[in-house]
Amino acid sequence: MNQPDQLEQVRAALDTVTDPEIDESVAALEFVSRVEVSDENDVSIEFRLPTFWCAPNFAFMMASDMRDAVREMDWVRSVSVKLLDHFSADLINRGVALKQDFRDAFPGETDDDLASVRLKFLGKAFERRQELLIRHLLGMGYKGEWMSQISLRELMGLSLDSEGTRLRTLYIFAWRRLHPEWSEANLAFVALSGDRLDPGQLPSYLRRIGGVRRNAEYNGFICRNLLAERKAEMAGVRE
Amino acid sequence: MFTTKNGDKVFVIDGHMALWDASPANQRNRHGEEFINCFYNYHKISPKEYYWPREKFEKYSEADLMKDLFEEGYVDMAIFQPAYLGDFYKEGFGNLRRNWALIQEHPDRLIGNGWWDPRNGEAGLEQLEREAEMFKLKGVKLYTAEWHGDSKGYKLSDPWAQRYLQKCVDVGIKNIHVHKGPTILPLNRDAFDVADVDDAATSFPDLNFIVEHCGLPRLDDFCWIAVQEPNVYAGLAVASALIHTRRKYFAEIITELLYWLGADRILFGSDYAIWHPKWIIEQFMDLELSNELAAEANTTLSLEVKKKIMGENCARLYDIDIAQQCVRLGLPAIAEPVAVA
Repeated sequence: MNQPDQLEQVRAALDTVTDPEIDESVAALEFVSRVEVSDENDVSIEFRLPTFWCAPNFAFMMASDMRDAVREMDWVRSVSVKLLDHFSADLINRGVALKQDFRDAFPGETDDDLASVRLKFLGKAFERRQELLIRHLLGMGYKGEWMSQISLRELMGLSLDSEGTRLRTLYIFAWRRLHPEWSEANLAFVALSGDRLDPGQLPSYLRRIGGVRRNAEYNGFICRNLLAERKAEMAGVRE
Repeated sequence: MFTTKNGDKVFVIDGHMALWDASPANQRNRHGEEFINCFYNYHKISPKEYYWPREKFEKYSEADLMKDLFEEGYVDMAIFQPAYLGDFYKEGFGNLRRNWALIQEHPDRLIGNGWWDPRNGEAGLEQLEREAEMFKLKGVKLYTAEWHGDSKGYKLSDPWAQRYLQKCVDVGIKNIHVHKGPTILPLNRDAFDVADVDDAATSFPDLNFIVEHCGLPRLDDFCWIAVQEPNVYAGLAVASALIHTRRKYFAEIITELLYWLGADRILFGSDYAIWHPKWIIEQFMDLELSNELAAEANTTLSLEVKKKIMGENCARLYDIDIAQQCVRLGLPAIAEPVAVA
């Protein structure tokens, strides 16, 4: 494989890694500042977060997710992920390089691994994506009653425009992650608790889970602004 | 005082402002430098004509504050919400004595809140008692993500925090302004989790918990808690600054807060000196909810609602009699809302 194709593949892999707070990919958020592939197929990635203070657990999650996503490609010999300009950069970079658990990377500062916070934010991503997809389908004329009954297979078979297809792909990705044991015969739309949706309560349900989206939107806005200012500042320093 | 196009007067209390010194001379380490860098990047959400040069942003004067808030910024009264950050700044980022000196010059304008840190143990409890008396504290600002030696933060549900909250009850401090920042231990949890506010609000029903920047970046969780706890309030600091670049989005946030908390539990704050109150207040007073949002909020952003948010709600928490205060400050009297039969 030639290098441009490899870079393309690495970028595509990074596109599947999200910032849990914003539920957008680290690539789209422009956190990744450098990607290189050597002649020996060693991949090195550098990234920078919007502030020196961004939560280290999320930084660790993103860094290890990037490592794993790239590592999955069979031509890759090694991956190095480096977080820049962060108060915990050394601990995070070392932990990710050594494939440590979060609790080993931050000895004494955490009572468990990141499983519970990962699950919490996967749940938020699921709700955010579900709300957007349901609203899209309502806009197309589908009824809540029908949505509360269809299986994932039926959802996959729906003919949608490009925006609908994009929302469906994102939603199903979270659905499968949240319920790895489920099959396509399971209900496509359920609450995070796993309960069936009550079509009579759909407006208030959407209102509640809409809060998750608004929150993520705020985080996205703040992070983009802070990162842009930070980059401008660093460019100024280098001049 | 803000005057609407129709001549209506609105009494403004800025519930969240500060006088800080983040200059290199006061920085203890790189953290002090990075902290103010981060604030400065937030500052850039302002309209361009309000940008300050970095040097002024690091350290501005008492005269700047008085002019920006009370001469240019429509503010009638304002509350200091100091963040100490002693691990980052030699004399503290905010400093109670410096605040107090200015309050003594302008006692009808300024209210000074204190702070505490449960990790200071018994000594901190004694300090709180002394400061409550010395500075006549009615409120405190808590920054739960503050670093303290090896610790990177605390929770209001920690046993020591509970003792400090009880001390607040004992010494007559009733307003607890909570600022959630990142990196709370244990690090494997959600760093901005607001669940400990729920816990504290239930345990201390006589205290008011004003959650600054309305729980953002956990607005969803915050609204959920506020619905169940009548003594939880939303402080608009930070959120209000979105009104310039993201007006529609800010309208959505206000809609959510009005729906879940109602008009009586939202408090204005500019977060000066990150942002100048003038443009925030002008844009807020000019804001109307679309029909769609008003239907969702179950109310409109009427003048009555705006008056509550801009001053009346805060006045209630801090025992401020707005009519009397207008007399003291030589301001025109504010018309009482006319009861509609």
